[in-house]
Amino acid sequence: MSSFEYTLITIIGCGLITWLSRVLPFILLKKMTLSPAVREFLSFVPIVIMSALWFSNLFTQDLGHLPQLNLENCLASVPTLISAIISKNLLVIVTVGIVSLALIRLI
Amino acid sequence: MSHDLDPRTGLRETLPIVFSYFGICFAIGVIAQTNGFSLWLVLLLSLFVYAGSVQFIIIGMLASHTPILAIFGAAFLVNARIILMSLTVAPHFEEPKLWKNILMGSLLTDETFALAMNKANYTGSKLTFRWFYPAEVPPYLMMICASFAGAWLGRYIPNPESLGLDFAIIAMFIGLVYLQINADRTIDRRLQLLLVGLVLLFIYFGMIFIPANLLILVVTLVGCPLGVVLKHVFF
Repeated sequence: MSSFEYTLITIIGCGLITWLSRVLPFILLKKMTLSPAVREFLSFVPIVIMSALWFSNLFTQDLGHLPQLNLENCLASVPTLISAIISKNLLVIVTVGIVSLALIRLI
Repeated sequence: MSHDLDPRTGLRETLPIVFSYFGICFAIGVIAQTNGFSLWLVLLLSLFVYAGSVQFIIIGMLASHTPILAIFGAAFLVNARIILMSLTVAPHFEEPKLWKNILMGSLLTDETFALAMNKANYTGSKLTFRWFYPAEVPPYLMMICASFAGAWLGRYIPNPESLGLDFAIIAMFIGLVYLQINADRTIDRRLQLLLVGLVLLFIYFGMIFIPANLLILVVTLVGCPLGVVLKHVFF
């Protein structure tokens, strides 16, 4: 197998896995409904996943040891959070975030 | 965020996502190119694998000659959290047509999921294809164009990091966490704040043992039942 074919098969296989993980729940939930216990579990998914995605970017991983603070991202998070509280507007928040990090890297 | 569920509103409300995808997808293009991906492979990669984290895994693991089954396994583990998101968001749509469900599911990402769940707080928890699909397509197109541009132009840009673009996605999650706590009336606000604090602790200490990509799934599987228990015991 050439390295091109190898890469192609990897891309197609991973694409299929990625696609099915998104689409199957949509299809299955048309046929059945979730129990109240599962629905209650799922009601916590947004807040937990969103904050986990944020926090995982505040540290630099060093397996086997406590992670190090990613100082740039931590510092840039402060004005970004303040802009979120003031503006409640995602476009403003994203812009403030980018500018904050660019300024921090400049200094 | 508005109460409207029409296509125009969807297009408008997805702008922050489109904007923030530019940086991260451009970066993926640059990285793929420096790891030996041709322009056309980068294009195929972004067409078929609409998940930045999975793209990073493919590029990184192919570069280190990982066996194909191990790459599939890693792709599945990273996608497992998307299964949870898809399960969470799907019941908000009462869409009878199968093909519309497939279209919506195909373009679900961390960010469009978070947008939809925030939106549900303003619409009495109802969502529609008419609103969501127009909000999903532009980020997908941006991902394809930006990663292609990154693979093409990457070699001419000495230090793309200095622009701060990689923070766009993080900034969006900060905004989405805040808006979620602010708008979600179904869960007590103190409970949400407590949970966010616990997630911070889990991430910090979890990073000792668990690779970051997998950790997000593990923290979700621990954090959600913990939320249920705390809700019943204290709130």
